[in-house]
Amino acid sequence: MNPWLRHHRDALFTALARLKTSPLNAFLASLALGIVLALPATGEMLVLNFIRLAGLVSTKPQISLFMAQDAPAAAVADVDKRLHALRGVKELRFVPKADALARLKKSEGMAAVIESLPQNPLPDAFIILPASDQPESLEALKADLARMPKVAQVQLDSAWVKRLDAMLRLGRTALAILAGLLGVALVAVTFNTIRLQILTQRDEIEVSRLLGASDGFIRRPFYYSGLIQGLLGGAVAWLLVLGATEALREPLGAMAAAYSLSLTLSHLPAEETVLLFAVALLLGYVGTWLSVRRFLREA
Amino acid sequence: MRSDLLCFSSASLRLCGSKKLSMIRFERVSMAYPGGKEVLHDLHFVVPKGSLTVLTGPSGAGKSTLLKLIAALERPIGGSIEVNGQDITILPRGALPFLRRSLGLIFQEKKLLYDRSVYANVLLPLSISGEPPSDAVKRVRAALDKVGLLGREKENPHTLSGGEQQRLAIARAIVNRPGILLADEPTAGLDAAYTGEIVALLASFQRAGVTVLVTTHDEAPFADVETRRLALDKGRLV
Repeated sequence: MNPWLRHHRDALFTALARLKTSPLNAFLASLALGIVLALPATGEMLVLNFIRLAGLVSTKPQISLFMAQDAPAAAVADVDKRLHALRGVKELRFVPKADALARLKKSEGMAAVIESLPQNPLPDAFIILPASDQPESLEALKADLARMPKVAQVQLDSAWVKRLDAMLRLGRTALAILAGLLGVALVAVTFNTIRLQILTQRDEIEVSRLLGASDGFIRRPFYYSGLIQGLLGGAVAWLLVLGATEALREPLGAMAAAYSLSLTLSHLPAEETVLLFAVALLLGYVGTWLSVRRFLREA
Repeated sequence: MRSDLLCFSSASLRLCGSKKLSMIRFERVSMAYPGGKEVLHDLHFVVPKGSLTVLTGPSGAGKSTLLKLIAALERPIGGSIEVNGQDITILPRGALPFLRRSLGLIFQEKKLLYDRSVYANVLLPLSISGEPPSDAVKRVRAALDKVGLLGREKENPHTLSGGEQQRLAIARAIVNRPGILLADEPTAGLDAAYTGEIVALLASFQRAGVTVLVTTHDEAPFADVETRRLALDKGRLV
């Protein structure tokens, strides 16, 4: 075997042997890393699911056009004619106020309320499926519709998706900041864990240096320790996110169903999983690098 | 003792300090620790190749510091030190581990690792130099055989007597087959029997062609061995 590879193999075995001598410390350090990593990772999992949900909804934007309460049948027919002529309208469905009231009556607890009303408070309405889902086209169409006679209100039903999208962007930014701060904390945790390891191996390091060990020879096992710790921390985080996904799947699905949405919570996708482990390894490496560098400078 | 063969003066340095004959060569070397006074002053001497040189002097004379300079564990404040023809005072930091691997070092405090076996202690220098495991096993066994500890590989150094621990330290120092063996007070704290064993071992390495430089505050144990002598007092050769 090539000496370089042999050095790395020996360093890996040394790192594993050191972990084996204090398994509780190694476990607790990995658990701490995993929990801290799991916080932004769980947030990312939720954001990704909401983005997926928003993506599904926003592919079919709808516009609801409400006629004025006093709009006569002729005015409704006129708007219907204009809508059919509009190029931006792909599909069109008319919802008479009587149908709307009948549907509302079927809603739980609404029947008695509606019975008590002197007249139908709902207007005639058109549900419009626009030809384009581009925000600019939708806004232009919305403005055209609002200018039609006897039209009381035009509601772009994808507006909430936009708001959700904006919130998700905000959420992602907040997550990135949180992840950054927690990353610093993780580097500090690794730094300290490796420093403790260095202190317990002080005699061996000193003797090795006297016998001709290079800084690389001394550093290598600690780098492997840091990487193993990062890897274990990443695995713990991944399992915690998996647990959170399973625990939240049913309540979130039920909540989404209440809004007539279908949401099946998914675990972190492959790319995000790779990213999680890469970040865990990187943080383990950086913490070790800082710790070993400081020690070698002091020694 | 053959102190007549020692090379102290600048004139004799030119004669016996040629690179062919000298293994270690000090030229106007001074040394002070940071913030402290000089502990070695303007030293000139040569240790000939294949010799057994005994460096004597009282405690605090600078003997250990001198060995540390040869191993580049300390840097002089002036002068040059050649080891095997190479000026080690100008070696870059990255080259120092390679210099140390070419030396066999025996420390006054032994510096054994008590959390591992006798075998693992002797294996350490070979691991550092990247020796293939198959060769390393043979060399560790040969080194332990040489010092009379073969068969005790699995034991912990704690279970060894003081003399045996010193022999273990010697086995670790020779396992890399160094051309130079530096021993700092190797007989300190040992009784007469163990001291005799250690001196005999060091002499056997010299006969095998290794250049041996030993520090001691008591040169009596070396009286029966053919050695060269250097005496140090208050950082000066006397």
